[in-house]
Amino acid sequence: MSEWKMLTLVGEDRPGIVSRITRTLFELGCALGETSMIRLGGNFTIMMMVSGDGEIQAQLPPVAESLGLRMHLDPISGGLHQHRFANYQVRVSGADRPGIVAQVTGALADAGFNILELESDVAGSEQKPVYIMQIQGYSEALLEDLEGAVNAVSGGDVDVTLSPIETLIG
Amino acid sequence: MAILEILTIPDERLKQVSAPVEDFGAPLQGFLADLEETRLNGPAAVGIAAPQVAHFQRICIVDCSVTRKPVPNHGRLVLINPEIIEWDGYEAGREGCLSVPDYTGNVIRATKIRLKAQQPSGEEREYAMEGFEARAVQHELDHLDGLLFTDRVVSRRTDLFRRKVYQKGGNKSS
Repeated sequence: MSEWKMLTLVGEDRPGIVSRITRTLFELGCALGETSMIRLGGNFTIMMMVSGDGEIQAQLPPVAESLGLRMHLDPISGGLHQHRFANYQVRVSGADRPGIVAQVTGALADAGFNILELESDVAGSEQKPVYIMQIQGYSEALLEDLEGAVNAVSGGDVDVTLSPIETLIG
Repeated sequence: MAILEILTIPDERLKQVSAPVEDFGAPLQGFLADLEETRLNGPAAVGIAAPQVAHFQRICIVDCSVTRKPVPNHGRLVLINPEIIEWDGYEAGREGCLSVPDYTGNVIRATKIRLKAQQPSGEEREYAMEGFEARAVQHELDHLDGLLFTDRVVSRRTDLFRRKVYQKGGNKSS
């Protein structure tokens, strides 16, 4: 285990959640590391690395409850400065149906692709929903081999495209 | 020749606007050699700008001839008093920076540019550039105006749809 814990908070979105939570953590003497905070389907979701000796488990729950948030705090291994930079981007879009994510990520996993980040959304309308997903990841596999894997699940009503990411350092 | 120290954020000097080069004599040539040596010394950087080594003149070096996947490029370019005179299109791409260690982000840049710059000799030249090389030049020119890519990072959700159309089994865009 490391000095870091993973704090997870989920609840109905409203203004002020981030401010109240982070101010409380600051007052408890905690530091924040990498975080992801995003609104999903009307909920606000927070996953953040926190460190410090602050009594989070004792002090934060009343604040979370007052904001209508459910909370988890878990010890984790790992720490900062362990980034792996993506070298491939996968874009998926198509008519929404069950199984798209499982099929695409299954093909990628079989080809040795490590997902570093995945964001997906349902766009379109209630009558005609469209699934849109963006994946960034790392793989030692050749572009051609990954394309072969992805092409096997692309077609019909779902488009899957793959492109290399050449990160510019300047 | 010498390897120069690279300024990293939050060094305020990175926000300084650099001055045009007027003297193309021996001190400039010596500095250019040091700047190139510094670029090659770090993690594979395709470009470096003079203000990154606390030399506040409008000078940068760009070399996109050594990317993992080959891209259209003009080889190694030493650009003095560079100026972009035409822009076209836009595209998001991933960038990092010697002055911002251990971070990368998506930045929207023009896909095609026309660039005017002087050579180390003082002679003026024009270049038509696209894609990765055009991105590298825009990244370096920002340094000359005191801007970092972190001033332009966009969320991935801003990426929307890319402009190029991927054709399965046919010509691949990159």
